[in-house]
This record gives sequence, structure tokens and C-alpha cells, in this order.
Amino acid sequence: MKSDVILKMEGICKSFPGVRALHNVDFTLKKGEIHALMGENGAGKSTLIKIITGVYQKDAGQIYLEGKPVHFRSPQDAQNMGIGAVFQEIALCPNLTVAENIFIGRGRDNFVNWKKMNAKAAEMLDSLGIPASPTQELASCSIAVQQMIAIARAVDMDCKILILDEPTSSLDEDEVQKLFGLMRQLKDRGVGIIFITHFIDQVYEISDRITVLRNGELVGEYQASALPQIELIAKMMGKALSDVSAIKKQAARKSDDSVPVFEARGLTSAAGVRPFDFTIEKGEVNGFAGLLGSGRSESVRAIFAADKVTGGEVKVNGKRVKIRSPLDAMRQGIGYLPEDRKGDGIIEELSVRDNIILALQVLKGFFRPLSRKQAEELAEEFIEKLDIKAPSTNTPIKSLSGGNQQKVILARWLITQPTYLILDEPTRGIDVGTKVEIQKLVLKLAEAGMSLTFISSEIDEMLRVCSRLIVMKDREIVGELTGTDLTEQDVMHMIAQGGK
Amino acid sequence: MPRLKTRVSNLSHLFLPLSVLVILIIVNLVKGADYFKITVVNGAFYGNIPNMLFGASELVILSIGMTLVTAASRGQDISIGESGAISSAIFVQYVLRAGGDVTLWTILVGFLISCLAGIVIGAFNGTLVSFFNVQPMVATLILFLGGRSIAFIIDGKVSPILANEISNRIGTVIPGIPIQTPIILTAVFIVIVAVVLKTTNLRLYVETVGINPNAARLNGINPKKIIFLTFLIMGVCSAVAGFIAVNKAGRHDSVNLLKFIMMDAILAVALGGNSLGGGKFSITGSIIGAYTIEMLNRTLLRLEVNPEAIKVFKAVFIIVLMIVASPVVREYAKKVLDKVQGLIASGPSHHTSGLSQGERGE
Repeated sequence: MKSDVILKMEGICKSFPGVRALHNVDFTLKKGEIHALMGENGAGKSTLIKIITGVYQKDAGQIYLEGKPVHFRSPQDAQNMGIGAVFQEIALCPNLTVAENIFIGRGRDNFVNWKKMNAKAAEMLDSLGIPASPTQELASCSIAVQQMIAIARAVDMDCKILILDEPTSSLDEDEVQKLFGLMRQLKDRGVGIIFITHFIDQVYEISDRITVLRNGELVGEYQASALPQIELIAKMMGKALSDVSAIKKQAARKSDDSVPVFEARGLTSAAGVRPFDFTIEKGEVNGFAGLLGSGRSESVRAIFAADKVTGGEVKVNGKRVKIRSPLDAMRQGIGYLPEDRKGDGIIEELSVRDNIILALQVLKGFFRPLSRKQAEELAEEFIEKLDIKAPSTNTPIKSLSGGNQQKVILARWLITQPTYLILDEPTRGIDVGTKVEIQKLVLKLAEAGMSLTFISSEIDEMLRVCSRLIVMKDREIVGELTGTDLTEQDVMHMIAQGGK
Repeated sequence: MPRLKTRVSNLSHLFLPLSVLVILIIVNLVKGADYFKITVVNGAFYGNIPNMLFGASELVILSIGMTLVTAASRGQDISIGESGAISSAIFVQYVLRAGGDVTLWTILVGFLISCLAGIVIGAFNGTLVSFFNVQPMVATLILFLGGRSIAFIIDGKVSPILANEISNRIGTVIPGIPIQTPIILTAVFIVIVAVVLKTTNLRLYVETVGINPNAARLNGINPKKIIFLTFLIMGVCSAVAGFIAVNKAGRHDSVNLLKFIMMDAILAVALGGNSLGGGKFSITGSIIGAYTIEMLNRTLLRLEVNPEAIKVFKAVFIIVLMIVASPVVREYAKKVLDKVQGLIASGPSHHTSGLSQGERGE
């Protein structure tokens, strides 16, 4: 009966200590369809994928493969049942040949018949229309072709299901089209493809159906043609379209006469954000809105020169300056609280005190260390000001809770008395109480004359704090919303329509 | 009260080297009660302890440099013996070719030139590691393999003799001063390092870079520069160690001078409670570790272990030490301690205090 359904998952649950990653999720994949799996960070996409590929074991629920109940015990198990996956980071060996990469670890023989392997690889590449020769070294292929070879490797051995997790994130438009060509071919052969991406336009270009997850729960399954972009975005963010709650926002605090605190023209960086213009006034709080991967973090990283700046000019208080490194930015009075607290923010083993004084210390210079007493006093002062819960200034920061770690990083920048402070996802993974505290603090700082850029995945949080929103999509600024315009609907509309 | 707590927690990582030191002293005392005996010869102190301090001089200095390199670059420099051999070869050639009487000036200038050579070597290693991202051990393998040949070429012949009064005094004792000169030089070096650590942000920068280079960069620290700097410091340490070694020996033996000392230096760093994966460091720990290793060597000799077999004993000793200090055993020990404390605490009075006590103990 249901011969066209290859994969059916029912009531899948998965928990990790302290986190419910998936709760009662259903998912159906048909033969020869491209099915987009959508959701913001932490929605449970990757957990679901890892269950399908056998990396994780489900806690509850049932999986049917072509109508038969199955249980994937290991990645090998899933592979043997015809499930192939290609992840964002290409997991191939660049110094081996194309043919070797396709067949490595796949043969059952102990000896390699090179001739046969190369011939088979050539046949495969040909049939899939991949422009590469079997004996070519993988590293000499473009990223897109490498991505395609990874797919070829995955679909070898009569693959029924192909999972593509963010395959397009490092490709340019041309390369994306090539990849889509390959995907359509596989689709015609009857392979069911699960496609994960942050690029909304790509979803609509190639997908037949869309499943949306949010906070580990299924939001729904839709025909791509029947779901307008705006609704998809609303579903991902968890806002009903009709639910236009009137949120009281701050009046734009723009003083017309003064020079902007920071001004950029045509700024762009090696991280791949399109050249953009940006200004911020004294005492203004603005924000970059957009979905994950839209380029909002890349933009602020370009301002702080956290990624290599490749173009554009910058003015601070009306004066042209060169900002080539984070230190340059710091010397211009700019502070930056990074999105990835653990990877870019905290110095895990160092004490709360050292973490608090770090930026100030660097600004003072290598030969002018703060005395132990000064450092201690400063740390104590900010621990009290921001109500940081730490047993002592000597406690290693890694033993604090996420919210308190974030406050320490905030303290690190406040202590340098910046004129312009960038906060990228300052409230992510933080308890609600601390969240509100940080929002209040931002408004208080702005009142005192500091300029701030505030980025959050939660639109309503940005609406509460920012008086101006710069809307981004696909690594480009698509519009700007000021003052009274600020409703969630406007933001979603702008993201969906790509401006205006 | 908080001050006191700080001190105690700072000392906890010294537990391992200090306890080994104590064990070694006990073993030595059992072997013969005269262990601490100090004799005075020509107005200078000799005996087991002064000789141990004397013998460990080069190792102590090198392990200081090794600590910094390890902390910042998360790897080790294995060419320290070789770079010591090269810089001391340059020192010897300068002194031999200076002509006329060897004055204190000759020695001093020669020493400074050899330090410069050490810095150049450090810059070479540091460039490979920080700017070309070569793994430290691979980058320094180059000089480890080729360094002694370079030293030999500088020598121009086998083992040039360094026969002058000043060198002799640097290598042994200065008349009128009761402590052997290398011990004094080492102490001076340690003081200089302490002053540098006190008056600069070296510690904060090195630890930050070693723990999280990304975050370091976003806070305005250039990780490449800091790693490079630690290799420069390592180069100076090597030169100073080479200077002491060659003055002790009275000749420049390019094949055997400071041979395989990097193994002991790395061990001293590990023994001092430092992670070989970089990050937070304790120079005090490494110094104690270095003295411990020297004492271990001498203890084995004193126990009349066949010199050929010493290495086996040392290896066994180190295995035991590393297992005892390993996170696995430590975790287990902590659990047992917690349990014991829990039992004690739950006995007479309340139940909950056991846990918090256990945590503080760690």
C-alpha cells in the first residue's frame, strides 16, 4: 500500500542529561522526494539526523524502513540498510584520489583491484555527471565537486535515503546549482533526500515537502508549494502569524546633530558577508535580525575585525581609522561579546578575576600589569554590580553556570568602558532571570550614553531592546526597521521577501 | 581568610613533586643517615644536597623555558640540548679567539653573544611553530637532528678546551664564596624570571593563549606573537644552560653536552603538575620537578644501581608516578575520600557537610 514511503518515524523521543532534544516527533520520507528539515538552532534537526544515521539511539518511538520496523544500532548498521549521509564538513581524505575516496572502507576484499575500482568510479562519476577523473587527487577538485564526490560515496551501494546536512554553506551560487542538478538526478532515481539548510530560498527552489521542528517538537509537515515563506519563518520562530502582540519598544534615541559613534562603508570580511554600510549613534541600541546563517554574526565580526577584514572603510566618531585586528577595535573603544561563549569567550581554566580583567589588561599593555590588589578590587566591584554568583574571584570560570559565565564576559568588556559594545547572542542558553537582567542592563548602558548592537535569535527579545533593526538574509542586509515599525511580523515579512 | 584559601589552592599542584621529593629524601636517609652531611672544602660547601643543586642547574633553567613553551604552544621543544650546544660552541669560539688574557669582559661578551645565538635559534623554531603552524615537536626535530653537527662545525675540531681561570670559577666555585657558582647562577636566573612574571603580563597572556587561542585573539592578544615569544625565551634558557654546562665541563663536547636533557625537562614540567597540553602553568612546580629528577638520578646512583640499569629504574619510577598522578586515579581517590569524609560527617552530626568539604578539598 504505502510503497512510496521509504522511511517512517513515529513518536521519536530522545533526551540527554538535562535536555529533552526530541519529543514525540514524527517524520515521513517518500521515495524520490526532496524533503527539507527546517528549524532554528536547538530545534532538534541534528538529533533526528543522528538517530536516522545510527549515531544516537532513540529513547522511544518506532522507525520503519520500507514498511519494516528497524533499529539502527550503529552508523555502520544504518549504512548497510541504505542510508547515506553527507555532512557540512566534508569527511574525505584530500590526499587520496577521487576513486579511492569513493571506495575506501567499502570493499569486502582485502586486496584492491585498482583497475576495476577506477573503472567503476569512472562509470559512477559519469552517470552522476560529476566533472572529475577517478585518478585525480581529491584536493585538486573544487569544494563543490568534493561535495558531490562525498555524495557519490554516500549513494554507492544502492542507497535509498540520502541525508544532506548544510551541503551548500560553503558553495557559491554556480556550485549550488551544480549540486542541485545532482540532487534532482538522484531524486529521479527514486532516492529519498533529506535536505537541511539555513538558506530559505534554496529550500523553496528544490524541496517538495518541508518538515519544521521547534524546541525538539514537531511543528508540522507541509507541501513546499503550499507554505508561503513568511509562514515557514513564523513556524520556525514559533510565532503565529495572527498573534501580533503589541510590544512596547524603546523610542529611537537618535540625536540628529551628533556624529555617529561608529560608521562603516562597504565593510566586508573573509567570512563571506556581502559589503555593507552601517552606522550607530551615541546611546543607540540596534540589532541585526535574521535567521541563523543569515550573516548577522559575520557582520558584527567584521566590525570588530574578528574575521579578516577584506574591504571597506570605517569611521569612529567621524574620524577615519584602520581596524585590522580585534586589538585595533578595542583601542577605538569597541567591545565584542562573541556568540560562541565557550569557544571564543571564556578562558576556561583561568579564574573569574583573570577573565574579568583580561581585556582591560590587554588594553593597558604587556608591561603594565594590574597589581593583584587592583585586579581583585575591580573583579569584586563587577561581581557585585552584575550580581555574578561565584564562590570567589579565584574560582575557575568553567565551574560557573552559563549565565554567570556570560556576565563575567560582560564585565570584562564593561570594565574597559567601551563607547560601542557589540553583544552577539548574549542571552543564549541562559536562564530567564539572567536574560531579563542582561536586557535591562543593555537599556541602562544605552541611557548612560553607550552605543550597543544586540543580536538574538529571539526576535521578541530584540524588539524589546533595540530601537533599530537591520534585517539580514543570505549574508546581505535586506532592509532596516526603525522605531514604530518594529513588530515581529514586519521582521518576518522582510526576511521572507528579501527587503521592502 | 580568602587569602589563605588562595595560597592553599595554589599549592595543591605542588603536592606531587613535593611528595616525591620527600620520599626520595626518606629513601636516602634510610640508606645512610649522613645524607644531609655537608663538608667544607676550601671554604665551599659540598655534600649530597649541594651537589644535587649543582647538578640540576641546567635542567632547572631549561625546564623554566620548557614550561612556557608548553603552556603557550601546547607542545614541547625537543631541540633544547642541541641549541644549548650550538650557543655554547659560539661562546667557546669567541673566548678562544678573543686573544690575550681572558678577562671577565671576554666571558661576559661571549655569554651575551651566545644568548643572542639562543634567541636566533628560538626565533627559528618559533617562526616554524607560530607562523607556519608546524607542530612544536616536528619543528624542533630539525635542530634536534642537525644541531650537534652545527655545533661541531662551529667547534672546528673535537672538544675544544676552555682552560681559563674565570671559566673554571664559573663552573666550580669562586674563592671566598661558599656556594658553587652554578647554583648561584641558577638562583639569579630564577629571580629574574620571577621579576619578569611579576612586572609583565607574561603569565596571563601565555595561559590565555594556551587555553583558548581564539578567545585570546578576540581579546586583543596575538597568539602567534606570544608563542613566538616563548620560543625566544626558551632560546635564552638554552643559551644560559649551555653556558653553565660548558664552563662546568671545561671543554665543549658537541656530541654529549646536554644530551637528551629535553626528556628530563619535559618530565620536570609534567612532574610539576603542568599539563603538557598547555594552559595554566606553574614554574615553581617545574623547578621542584627538575630538582626531583636530579635527586632521583643521584639516589639511584647512591643505591649502587648499576649505571647501565639506572634508566630502567627511572622508567619504572616514572610509570608509577604518572599513574598515581593520572586523572583516572585522582578521580578515584577523590571519590574514596568523599565517601570517607561523608561517613565521618554523617556519623556524629549532619549529613550534608561531607560533600561540600570534599569539593573544597579538591
